[in-house]
Amino acid sequence: MSLLTTPSQTVGPYLRIGFLPLVTDTIAPPGTPGERFTIRGRMSDGDGTPINDGALEIWQADAKGRYAHPEDGQKTAAGNAFRGFGRILTDGDGAFHFTTIKPGPVAGPDGKQQAPHLMVTLFMRGMLKHLITRMYFPDEPLNQTDPVLQRVPADRRATLVAAGSGKSTLEWNIVSQGPAETVFFDL
Amino acid sequence: MSKVLGYRRPYFDTQPPLLYPGYRSTIKRAPSKPLVVLPHTISEVTGPMFGSGDIGPNDHDLTAQHEGAPVGERIVVSGRLLDDNAKPIANALIEMWQANSAGRYRHDIDDHDAPLDPNFTGAGRVLTGADGEYRFVTIKPAAYPWRNHYNAWRPAHLHFSLFGLGLVQRLVTQMYFPGDPLLPYDPMYNSIPDDKARERLISHFDWERTIPDIALAYRFDMVLRGREQTPMETSRS
Repeated sequence: MSLLTTPSQTVGPYLRIGFLPLVTDTIAPPGTPGERFTIRGRMSDGDGTPINDGALEIWQADAKGRYAHPEDGQKTAAGNAFRGFGRILTDGDGAFHFTTIKPGPVAGPDGKQQAPHLMVTLFMRGMLKHLITRMYFPDEPLNQTDPVLQRVPADRRATLVAAGSGKSTLEWNIVSQGPAETVFFDL
Repeated sequence: MSKVLGYRRPYFDTQPPLLYPGYRSTIKRAPSKPLVVLPHTISEVTGPMFGSGDIGPNDHDLTAQHEGAPVGERIVVSGRLLDDNAKPIANALIEMWQANSAGRYRHDIDDHDAPLDPNFTGAGRVLTGADGEYRFVTIKPAAYPWRNHYNAWRPAHLHFSLFGLGLVQRLVTQMYFPGDPLLPYDPMYNSIPDDKARERLISHFDWERTIPDIALAYRFDMVLRGREQTPMETSRS
């Protein structure tokens, strides 16, 4: 049996109406175990114009590399309230910020560990399908061997790694098109 | 460590392209470089899970969220959420938003010269049931102009946002109404190359689910990507 999948359509300019209930800039509530970071950035288009009507969704594992999801064979510890999800809307300047903890490494294909990363899904007017990218952390030795980063052309890898070595506030900008275009993934 | 069973990729031409110049906003926003194909790891097959605690009592009924009733034609919109193996997707969050019966959104940047309705916000949320079923009560939205090209009008539509059971199933789409004369002129609708896939976005009049003397009904089933049947499938291309 194989049904035809439902096609994607854009969220359009009025996404806020439907997206609002899940909006938060706090992915990890205070007290969540792990190293805390604030991530700041800006979304812009092929002309460098701010994307002021976009949304980001973050999905991540906890500090021990466990996803709060039944499919993660390692299971989330009982009583752990960390869902690992949050949604942020860009402001009038295309800017966004959120606070979270650095996730632990998770299993990759062929048993190789993946470097700590945030899964980031982007929605905006002008995008008939959502975009998927990842944010990696600076000062992380596993970035050198991460199986997903290895698939990305070497000269574009830096678009996936936040700046701010040694700091607790990181900067990560998203460019949807052009020479500095962020790497997006086809899942 | 258990191996992750991946999800099937959509059939050729059943999803819109990222760049579709007929929809003008894609021109400066769509990525210009090829996407990097990712294997499905635990990061992609998992995603946020929701429960009844995330949903309020009137979230499914957009006609009951204010003191009075909204103006417009009451409708029931219901259906099932399935994967492409025809397996129901239970306990999945569905978000829905829409314009009011005059074609106006409750949003700061909507300046269409049509009245707002104090009794209509235009946003709803439900969790799917054990068989993937869901149901909203709302009012039928109207068409509205959108300046994409000369005399551009969007056909009446509802926006749907689906989480499924993992990131690979995440989908945002729009539902249209049967027989809408604006559909052939709509770049959003026409961005999907495959005829059959495009028609998946048109709901069906659903006589059996009408509420006598109260509301007409439309049926809209949604299909998300399902699991690969065997891990071998990917290596056969």
